[in-house]
Amino acid sequence: MSLRAEHELHQRRRGRNVGVGLMLASFVVLILALTVVKVTRDNFQLPEIEEAQ
Amino acid sequence: MSDASYSERPIEGEASLGDYFALLKPRVMSLVVFTALVGLLAAPISVHPIVAFASILFVAIGAGASGALNMWWDADIDQVMSRTAKRPIPAGKVTPDEAMTLGVALSGFSVIMLALSANVLAAGLLAFTIFFYAVVYSMWLKRSTPQNIVIGGAAGAFPPVIGWVIATGSMSVEAWLMFALIFVWTPPHFWALALFMKSDYDDAGVPMLTVTHGRKTTRNHILAYTVILAFLAIGAGFTSIGGPVYLAAAVTLNILFLRGAWKIWRRDETAALADDYAVEKSFFRLSLLYLFLHFGAILAEAALRPFGLGGWG
Repeated sequence: MSLRAEHELHQRRRGRNVGVGLMLASFVVLILALTVVKVTRDNFQLPEIEEAQ
Repeated sequence: MSDASYSERPIEGEASLGDYFALLKPRVMSLVVFTALVGLLAAPISVHPIVAFASILFVAIGAGASGALNMWWDADIDQVMSRTAKRPIPAGKVTPDEAMTLGVALSGFSVIMLALSANVLAAGLLAFTIFFYAVVYSMWLKRSTPQNIVIGGAAGAFPPVIGWVIATGSMSVEAWLMFALIFVWTPPHFWALALFMKSDYDDAGVPMLTVTHGRKTTRNHILAYTVILAFLAIGAGFTSIGGPVYLAAAVTLNILFLRGAWKIWRRDETAALADDYAVEKSFFRLSLLYLFLHFGAILAEAALRPFGLGGWG
């Protein structure tokens, strides 16, 4: 008799962790894609940096 | 220690990802995504697909956040109504505090991200929509006035305006016509539901029109709002979001909707009980199709535009 049997709780936790991980990874990809789109636009301008006195 | 106590029974208090997702009211979210997307695509300025995708996603997250806040606030009445008793909080899967935290966190996240991906006006409108649904509707109107869904319906009507503002950065008559379409559609849609879900709202003590003013008054109101809606929906066909496809759909759908409202108006409770509210149920189902097809027709006009076919030329 094993005490290592996986409980339904562990499955639920793993599902939650994998889900959050995938969402975070997708978010990173989305922000990267958004950044590329915004900086490659024709009207994109770098913010003016004031020169130090 | 033995493992005699080992059980396959689910343990309460450990919600799955699906339970948190259910807090965001996915069905409402899908309607928000659809109407916001139509607003975005019907606008005269085109948006980069990735910007459009990200912006609509953040609008959907904002809508989900307001859904979570609504479930947090309404957990007590959700428990009483059979339609809502299986929601994550009354079912004991998610605690009210978790729902509130998720709602507040996602509200802030979605508004800031929409400001970055689209513009500040769209983000401001999203913030106002969340505030309107969570505070004005859920916390204030829902339990205090039978006009709850009339005024609260504004929250559900904002997404196409937000979509339009994402594309253009400003508002216009067409955006507000799409707003009006959902705003005036909401009362007959919910009052038809209230007619055949009678005991639910009674039990929960929610002052629906059916409870406070009686069912005959509710039937009168359904007809009145449907008449106003028909004028609005057909009138929108002559603006820049309309066209022959939209107008044909609007005329057909509004004739059917008016016929349904007329049938509801002519009936009394004895007749409704005799066929288990068949007319009210069919009107409710038609109302879902009504909104979907109106926005689908606006989308069709926008899709035909690049080929020189959409709109009035």
